Amino acid sequence: MVNKRIKFTFPPVLITEPVIHKIGQDFDVVTNIRRADVREEMGWVVLELTGSTEEIDRSLDWVRSLGVRIDPVGGDVVEG
Amino acid sequence: MPSISALICRSCGREYPVEPINACDYCFGPLEVAYNYEAISKVISRKKIESGPYSMLRYHDLLPIDLENAVEINAGFTPLMKCSNLGKALGLENLYIKNDSVNPTFSFKDRVVTVAATKAREFGFDTLACASTGNLACSVAAHAARAGMKAFVFIPADLERGKVVGAAVYNPTLIAVDGSYDEVNRLCSEIGDNYPWAFVNINIRPFYAEGSKTLAYEVAEQLGWKAPDHTVVPAASGSMSTKIWKGLKEFSNLGLIGKVNTRMHVAQPEGCSPIIEAYDSKTLQVKPVKANTIAKSLAIGNPTDGIYALKTIQESKGSAVVAMESEIADSIKLLAETEGIFTETAGGVVISGLKRLVNEGKIKRDELTVAYITGNGLKTIEAVEDAVKPVFTKPNLEAFEESMHAGATL
Repeated sequence: MVNKRIKFTFPPVLITEPVIHKIGQDFDVVTNIRRADVREEMGWVVLELTGSTEEIDRSLDWVRSLGVRIDPVGGDVVEG
Repeated sequence: MPSISALICRSCGREYPVEPINACDYCFGPLEVAYNYEAISKVISRKKIESGPYSMLRYHDLLPIDLENAVEINAGFTPLMKCSNLGKALGLENLYIKNDSVNPTFSFKDRVVTVAATKAREFGFDTLACASTGNLACSVAAHAARAGMKAFVFIPADLERGKVVGAAVYNPTLIAVDGSYDEVNRLCSEIGDNYPWAFVNINIRPFYAEGSKTLAYEVAEQLGWKAPDHTVVPAASGSMSTKIWKGLKEFSNLGLIGKVNTRMHVAQPEGCSPIIEAYDSKTLQVKPVKANTIAKSLAIGNPTDGIYALKTIQESKGSAVVAMESEIADSIKLLAETEGIFTETAGGVVISGLKRLVNEGKIKRDELTVAYITGNGLKTIEAVEDAVKPVFTKPNLEAFEESMHAGATL
């Protein structure tokens, strides 16, 4: 089992979708929201995912396919 | 180093011991160094600073490091130049350029990496690491060489060779990652979490970022112990503007300068301007973007400190200003032609932003303004290659005079 800290950024069209609920339902992954700011025009959620590496990766591939942006919690680490 | 009291979460305020960690375990917010200013106020003075080393380490009392153990490559204490020629061109009478392009590896990154490398050694690490497309790679490799540490530098596999040489010459282990920018980011973030290395902008980030405060201290000292009316700062992660602001306030709170009324302006290129987009939308929510700009050193689409840069702007009554991609090269040339300073594309963004701020009336003619030039033009010569327009001549006097006459230069 591993823990992964991740940030989801939702486009407006997905803000009303229960994406995080479905991760827990459709994948063997536990979600734990730590911080979030969801508004009409945009939303982000910082959360921890717990599960096997394969299952977390599978769930993230699905989330990405919906159009949610996935980033490391700390922002971009590649600097100029 | 009696000055550090703890690491503190910038989001929820929880305190942590001084360790190589960068995120709050509770809310995953970023950590920042907290100081014991009462202890600092007893040891710091203008006189003590003035008698210190001619480098950023003269401000060591306000940095999270021990002076005796410092990895010193003589970063900082760069020139602050009054720029009357550029000022005249832009309509400013009191314009200064902080020329940080003359640091040992030719960018301001030497300031942050000096702190990171020193702290890494204090923590007992033997390896420095970073992911970079340019300036940071050079600085990490150079500091590791100086400190006798190993260095791992991650670069995108398709990075131009010219950009890599400045780092490779210090003989780090260069890892070329074959993947998109996002994939390189993800991999390096995972490596930062899993390897026992000092990854300067991951597990050492709270300390690393503090190095930028010296950009404020130096300007205040060089202006005769006072804060400017305006600063114009380039923004990538957004950290630099927050640290310059923090540095000015620290100096003021410690009585080294008077009240700070500086307006902090941040400049980003049109092709990567998430902080400006949030500023224009009057929100603190920074929406990540896909970077597409010639200012590669500012190409951070998901800025770690974007929200804090916006708060700094709010608090200081400053602004965020865009530089159009088409203006950047002309601004590099303008600075070179008027003041003899050759900057990289990030400096072009700052000068473009400065011009816009003057045109919009946000900076008045007589206000004391400092523009930060953070990197050297030799790093991005491709941006201004069209400046090369030689007058050709045969090697004799007659041909020379003929060529000059044809070029109407005499």
